Amino acid sequence: MDLNEKAKQLLEAGTVQAVLGFEPGTHGAPRPAFARGADQAARLVSGPGCDQNLASYVTRAPVKRLGKLAVLATPKVLRALLQLMAERQIQEQDVLPLALDAAGQVVELATAQAMEEHLALEPDPVSTQDRELLDRLGRMTRAERWAFWQGELSRCVKCYACRSSCPMCYCEHCTMDCNRPQWVPVPSHALGNLEYHMVRSMHLAGRCVQCGDCGSACPVGIPVHLLTFNAEQTVHAQFGQRAGASAKLDYALSTFRPDDKENFIR
Amino acid sequence: MADTYQLSSASLDALFTAIQGDGRRILAPTDRDGRTELNPVRNPGEVARDYIQTTMSAKAAVFPKVEQLLSYTLAKGQVDLVDPEPQAVPTVVFGIRPCEAGGFAALDAVFNWDTRDKFFNARLDQLAVIAVGCTRRDEACFCTSVGGGPGSVKGSDILLTPWSEGFLAEVLTDKGRALQALAPKGFIPAPAVDKAALLVDVPAAFDQPALTAKLPALFDAELWGNQALRCIGCGACAFVCPTCVCFDLQEEADGQSGRRLRSWDSCGHSLFTLHASGHNPRANQGARWRQRVYHKFSYYPDRYGMLGCVGCGKCTRACPVDMNLQEHLLEAARS
Repeated sequence: MDLNEKAKQLLEAGTVQAVLGFEPGTHGAPRPAFARGADQAARLVSGPGCDQNLASYVTRAPVKRLGKLAVLATPKVLRALLQLMAERQIQEQDVLPLALDAAGQVVELATAQAMEEHLALEPDPVSTQDRELLDRLGRMTRAERWAFWQGELSRCVKCYACRSSCPMCYCEHCTMDCNRPQWVPVPSHALGNLEYHMVRSMHLAGRCVQCGDCGSACPVGIPVHLLTFNAEQTVHAQFGQRAGASAKLDYALSTFRPDDKENFIR
Repeated sequence: MADTYQLSSASLDALFTAIQGDGRRILAPTDRDGRTELNPVRNPGEVARDYIQTTMSAKAAVFPKVEQLLSYTLAKGQVDLVDPEPQAVPTVVFGIRPCEAGGFAALDAVFNWDTRDKFFNARLDQLAVIAVGCTRRDEACFCTSVGGGPGSVKGSDILLTPWSEGFLAEVLTDKGRALQALAPKGFIPAPAVDKAALLVDVPAAFDQPALTAKLPALFDAELWGNQALRCIGCGACAFVCPTCVCFDLQEEADGQSGRRLRSWDSCGHSLFTLHASGHNPRANQGARWRQRVYHKFSYYPDRYGMLGCVGCGKCTRACPVDMNLQEHLLEAARS
C-alpha cells in the first residue's frame, strides 16, 4: 500500500487522527503537512525534497492535541523518535512511524524494536559534504577554528530557527528564555551569539541525532549543525554510544557507571 | 515629478567613485560564500548580477540588530549616565528592490510615532537609497497586491530601471539630486521610454483593502491556528523583514556599570508577550501567527494609514517550513 492509500486507511479507520508528512509548497518544494481527514490523504507526497525532520513536531502541544499521529518516517525521523523515547518525551504508542520501502510501499514500524531494526540497515547519517567540513575544521589550529566560528556566528541574528527546527529542543522553557536570572545575553552581539551556540551544542552533546535540520533552517546559512555534530561525535568517541540508535539509551553526560574507566569520578 | 535620465554602466562606475569620494559607504547585494546579502562595495562590478532579493533586508542600515542606547557607571552613590550621540555612517544603499525601499516608511511610522527616535533618525538622515527595478520575480513576490510594483518609486531617492542603454534613472528626491550632483555628467536626459515594458509583470493576487476590512471579523477564526500548525515559532520571518520593527530592550549590568541595548525581537517568539505574572496573552503559535498578519494588514492601516508589508516575500523565502505569507493571506481573503 502506498503512502496516500495507507494514510487514507488509517484516517478512515480512526487508527490515527492525523498523518504528518509532506505536501507540495512554494515552487512545488515539499513542506511539512498534516492530513487530518481521509479527504486530505491524497495531498501527501514523498520522495526528493522531503527532507525535514518531522519529529520536531511531535512534542508540540497543538500537535499532541490532534490525537494519535502517524508520521512519514525517514531515517532521521526514526532516530529522533527513538531518542525522544529514550528521553521519555514520547511513548511507543503515541506515534506510528510510516517508513517507505524501495518500491514506495508503507512499512508500519509500530514498535521501538521495529524502528531500531529498520534503522540498523541505514548508512552513516552524516553526508560526505558535512564529513569533509568536519574534517577540515578538525585539521584547523585552534586559532583558525576560532576565527572560522567568529566569522560565521557574526551573522547570527538569534532568530532561533536552529532551536525551533531541532527535534531534541523540546523544552517548554529554554535556558535562552530564562530572564530571572538572565543566563545568556539576549542581544545577538558577539558574546550573546557565542554563548547561545556554545550552550546549544553542549546541550545536544550525546543527544544530537545528526539530522542537520538546524543548519538547513538557518536563514543566513551558518553551518550550526557542525557544532552539534562535533559534540555528538565526541560523545560517541568517548562513550561509544550514539543518540537515536535505541529507545533505551542512558544519557552519557548524566549517567554514572561503577565500572567507569576514569578514576576521577569515583 | 521625477527627472528621468539615462545612466550608462560607465557613468554608474563614476557615480560609485564620486559617492565614495564624498565620504559615504555603499552597501549593495553581493554574492559571497553562496549568499546574496548587502555588503560594502567599492565599484559596480562587485554588485551581484542575478538576484531577486537579498535574504536579509536593508533595515539594518537604520535599525541594526543590536545597538547601545545608553550606558552608566555607579560610584559612591552617584550614577554617571552616558547618553551617546548616534554614530551614523553616511551610507548609500544600492540595488535593493522597490518593495524594500518602500519599507523604510513603515519603520519611520513606528520610530517617529510619538517620541522621535534619535538613533533611527540619525541613520535615516545619513541614508540615501538607489533602488533597482525588477526584471524578474518569483512565487514569493506580491508587491502589486500591497500597493507597490516592480517599478514603484516609493522610498527611493533614485530608482534605476535596467535598460539596453544601461539604466533609466529617475531622480526622485533632494537626496537623489544631491547624489546626481556628485557625478552630474553621467545623467543624460532620457528619451521617452515605456518603463513598464522594461519591468517584470507582477499581477495583483488579492484585494488588499477588502482583506483589511475583513480581518477584524476573522479574529476568532480557526484559520489562524490551522495555518500555524506548521509554524515552528522561530523569528526568521521577522528578522529578514524590511518592515518588522519590534525590538527588545536589555540591560547588561553588573554592580558597577551597565549598558542598555536595543535588539530585534519577533512576535513569533513565545517570550515576546510573556508577562511577569506568567500569563501569556498570546499563549499559542496560532495567536502569534495571527498577530503577525494583523499587525501588518489591520493594525498598521488603522494606526498609521499604511500597510506593514511591502510584499517583498523575504519571509516566505527564509521560512524553514514555508509559511508562505501570500498564500495564507489568500486563504484568509477567500474564507
